[in-house]
Amino acid sequence: MPPLLELVGITKTFGGVTALRSAGFTLSAGEIHGLVGENGAGKSTLMKIIAGVHARSQGEMRIDGRIVRFTSPRDARTHGIGMVHQELSIVPDLSVAENMHLGTQPKNRLGLVDWPAMRRNAADHLASLGIDADPNVPVGSLPLGMQQLVELARVLYSGARIIILDEPTSALAPPEVERLFGLLRRLRDAGAGIIFISHFLEDVLAICDRVTVCRNGQTVASEACDGIDKRWMIDRMIGAGHDELEESYLADILLQSPVDADVVLQVERLEVAGAYGDVSLTVRAGEVLGIFGVLGAGQLDLARTLFGLRPAERGRILLRGRPIRLSSAAQARRAGLAFVAESRRLMLFGTEPVFKNVSISILERISRLWLRPDVERLVARQHVQQLRIRPADVTATLETLSGGNQQKVALAKWLTHLPEVLVMSEPTRGMDVGAKADVIRIVRSLREKGLAIIVVSTEPETVLSLADRILVMRKGRVVREFADEPVSKDRLLEAA
Amino acid sequence: MSKIAEAGRDARSGWLRSQLRNIAPFVTLILLIAFFSLASGSFATLGNLQNILTQISVTAIMAVGLTFVILCAEIDLSVASIANATGIVVAYFTLQDASVTIANVPLPGWVAIAAALAACFVLGAINAFGVTRIGIPSFIMTLAMLQIAAGICALLVRGQIAYSVPSLIGTLGARSLGPVPWIVIVAGLFLLAGHVVLRYTRFGRYVYMTGGNRAAAEYSGVNVRLVLAAVMIISAVCSGVAGMLGVAYFGSAQQNEFDTYLLDSISAVVVGGTSLFGGQGGIGNTIIGLLVLGILNNGLDHINIDSFLKILIRGLVLLAALVVNVYAQRLRAGRTGA
Repeated sequence: MPPLLELVGITKTFGGVTALRSAGFTLSAGEIHGLVGENGAGKSTLMKIIAGVHARSQGEMRIDGRIVRFTSPRDARTHGIGMVHQELSIVPDLSVAENMHLGTQPKNRLGLVDWPAMRRNAADHLASLGIDADPNVPVGSLPLGMQQLVELARVLYSGARIIILDEPTSALAPPEVERLFGLLRRLRDAGAGIIFISHFLEDVLAICDRVTVCRNGQTVASEACDGIDKRWMIDRMIGAGHDELEESYLADILLQSPVDADVVLQVERLEVAGAYGDVSLTVRAGEVLGIFGVLGAGQLDLARTLFGLRPAERGRILLRGRPIRLSSAAQARRAGLAFVAESRRLMLFGTEPVFKNVSISILERISRLWLRPDVERLVARQHVQQLRIRPADVTATLETLSGGNQQKVALAKWLTHLPEVLVMSEPTRGMDVGAKADVIRIVRSLREKGLAIIVVSTEPETVLSLADRILVMRKGRVVREFADEPVSKDRLLEAA
Repeated sequence: MSKIAEAGRDARSGWLRSQLRNIAPFVTLILLIAFFSLASGSFATLGNLQNILTQISVTAIMAVGLTFVILCAEIDLSVASIANATGIVVAYFTLQDASVTIANVPLPGWVAIAAALAACFVLGAINAFGVTRIGIPSFIMTLAMLQIAAGICALLVRGQIAYSVPSLIGTLGARSLGPVPWIVIVAGLFLLAGHVVLRYTRFGRYVYMTGGNRAAAEYSGVNVRLVLAAVMIISAVCSGVAGMLGVAYFGSAQQNEFDTYLLDSISAVVVGGTSLFGGQGGIGNTIIGLLVLGILNNGLDHINIDSFLKILIRGLVLLAALVVNVYAQRLRAGRTGA
């Protein structure tokens, strides 16, 4: 019997750039197949070819042994391919039942939408999948994990047999992950083929039957999951020289915080209703405080409060012992705080040159009325060299830089006049190993200079690789502090 | 070898694409000048140049303020109404001829001018408050202000017409310095000042950054609300000045006399190529836009064309400019996405 889906010798070029070089991929019916690789390794291009978003330049794709060539995502859907994106494509204000029937509403004899049938179908379908969601409530009111299951249900409802899941576990709490895995196993046993793309290698090992590794636009290895471990995957994803990363994943890290340094930032019983409450913490000079929690635990909102973007409703913030008011970002910056947001879109000006992106936060210091572009360029040039930003041309338009380099520019804007407190939200999310190492290096050098740094993240690896002390938040409360003791990923996850 | 040639072509086409919003209006301007010069003997004369510049001056002063607003990805629909109201306020505080029966309050000329400037400043500040503090979208807030300022006009003149303005305003609006009308000089100074502020001052940079990516500007510690408030006030004050000079230029102050200027000034900014999505463009673009519209308006009078068709042609030119504007934005977005 031919495999459910087979790709052979797939090559894809964009202009002069080769994104995929002779890649192959085979998915059997009744299989969960992991796809791993660093950013830019070709995973998403390969999946977009399967889902009909891109046309392949060369190579063959077969479904059930027959050659297919998709001209559009719609075309791919009619061949039974469904994709659940990381950014869900549900309509939050519509009900679960309506979302499942988007574009395919049942009609009654008058040609109007048959609401009872729609609810009934949805309820039956959800029940058959073992998803415990009320078809009548708006999807937006459900927790994120449930929204994802609803989207998966919709994809299945439209008749998909080949299901692509892009980073499905990145925003889920452990029990939600278990619920998703349960459903995926049932689908597999019913004969579906599932492609599971993830950066979370434990999740891949836990759920997949087989894993394929991408590197530099090629598929370099494909193995059954029984005989391999994380080390095996990492080796093939990045080759040699990744001891530092390895350490942060597996080993115990001994946290050490400087106890005798001055307290720079002190927060007392801070609260924003609906986000977090009763949060007290201190950060000392030359210390990196990590705050870990799963998505929705409140640590990202806390970071916004500390930069005046989401003012606290209760509690006090003291900078070097003096109470400060943070009701706008401009105020926070003047007080000596700085913030690097989790998304580059929130930090950078894509159509402007690099030097303007760097100088924006120091214009007040270098210019009273008239701009001084020569000074701006000079300052930017120093950072570009120091942070090894490529290309090293400060007049290059920002959007021509790669993602990792853009991230460094976002950091660079705070490095000219060093703030007293630097708050970083998800500083290494979506970065490849090289860029992560650069960020770790930069943060360490800022710590040496005596900054108080707060790193908030939903990824345990991020806080483990950066922090001297770690707070764990759960449902808006600080539930555990790790200080001067060994800590590892599983201990963090356990606490969250 | 061919790769290098290809790369060169790529770089050139990339440059062309990124400059589309600047090149298209300029080419249009050149073509219009060439066309009208060939089609009509009376078009390409020094006298007619003076006509064209005078005709676009009131629009030009308004368009300076509007350029700031549109660069911030906001809009001000109240410019013409505020101009009208400010023009009427300055006339209201000026001694009128006995035949005018408006119950007005004559004051010394400089007081009348100060009162009019204060009036447009306050109206702009109300716009600013509504947009930045209450959070009303500028489109709706300035629509309300359009009505409010029209109401002020109606109440002050009560359907009548005033003719006198302070002598300074009369000079700037209707007299010439040698061969050059004062109103053209004032418009030129406003355009120059606008350009200098936008390109060479810190505030100007904040305007571009706020328009380019408002969230990023805020996250970089720029006081975005203050920038938006400032551009709304700048727009209102430019409109006010345009309104005062306009009243002198028209020779009368009455209701609804600026109605066509709302569309004209927005058209000038957009036709010039300033992005409706903010962050790109500038006074240079606005100057080209003003000239394109001014020459089109004037030139169509010089060739024998159905004067009713003129309105349609202006509409089509605006549509073409909008297409280029949105298309240029998409080219950029496409390039980033790839």
